[in-house]
Amino acid sequence: MVDLDFEVVPLPDADHPEVGERAPAFTRPLVNAEFWEDRSLDSLTDDGPVLLVFTTMNGAFPATYTWNELRERDWETDFDVSVVGVTISDPYDTTETIRDRGIDYPIFSDPQNGVAEQYGVVHDLDGMTGVTEPRPSAFLLDADRTIEYAWTAAEWPDFPPYDEIEGVLADR
Amino acid sequence: MADNPPITLYRLQACPFCERVVRVLDEYDLEYRSRFVEPLHSRRNVIRRESGSRTAPALVDESTGVTMSESANIVEYLHATYGDGAAATDGGVA
Repeated sequence: MVDLDFEVVPLPDADHPEVGERAPAFTRPLVNAEFWEDRSLDSLTDDGPVLLVFTTMNGAFPATYTWNELRERDWETDFDVSVVGVTISDPYDTTETIRDRGIDYPIFSDPQNGVAEQYGVVHDLDGMTGVTEPRPSAFLLDADRTIEYAWTAAEWPDFPPYDEIEGVLADR
Repeated sequence: MADNPPITLYRLQACPFCERVVRVLDEYDLEYRSRFVEPLHSRRNVIRRESGSRTAPALVDESTGVTMSESANIVEYLHATYGDGAAATDGGVA
């Protein structure tokens, strides 16, 4: 990020599940470049560790920056992990976004933001009455959904600490 | 919902032909996975790869190895394969 000559707005403390705890289970439409279907988080962790990445709505720049960075990092090639997103954007918008931006990862579509509620990372958007989305967050889950690493935004905007996450993936 | 039921239905939201198939799947209590695609034909390549055509609905039944399109055909197949009289009538339908 660019250096700013003012303080970025802080977010209140989040109450999310911590490292060592089991992440909440859920089922939502999982969207790829061609279709979507109901999938459980467990059906993904059954295949190995999952990095669950909560982003802003697809149209907002933090989501764009985050998916660009994750594409560049290409962690799935180097580490035993599957990257999966969570957004409140609807499946139609999300499949188009995945195609248009060349996102290599599937994204859970959760328009009512219930997953963020389960994970304690709800962000009420100022000036968009009735709209909440997840606060940018990342949870690394092992195959039984135990949280190995957790990060959530402390200010607005805020971006995942990619180097730190990469270090965690490298040390597993 | 089971994550890997043998039947996959490729469908469009609110497509009456697709709902017609869903009603029969439900009638026989069949577990199935719904894969939703976008309305534009050019966005339906996943269906074409399965069935050879881009029309929805398309049904893939891994337990019998059948893949088919056209709701009338699919409904007929479901009645013949899973209907009460399926075995007795040797798959025949009126």
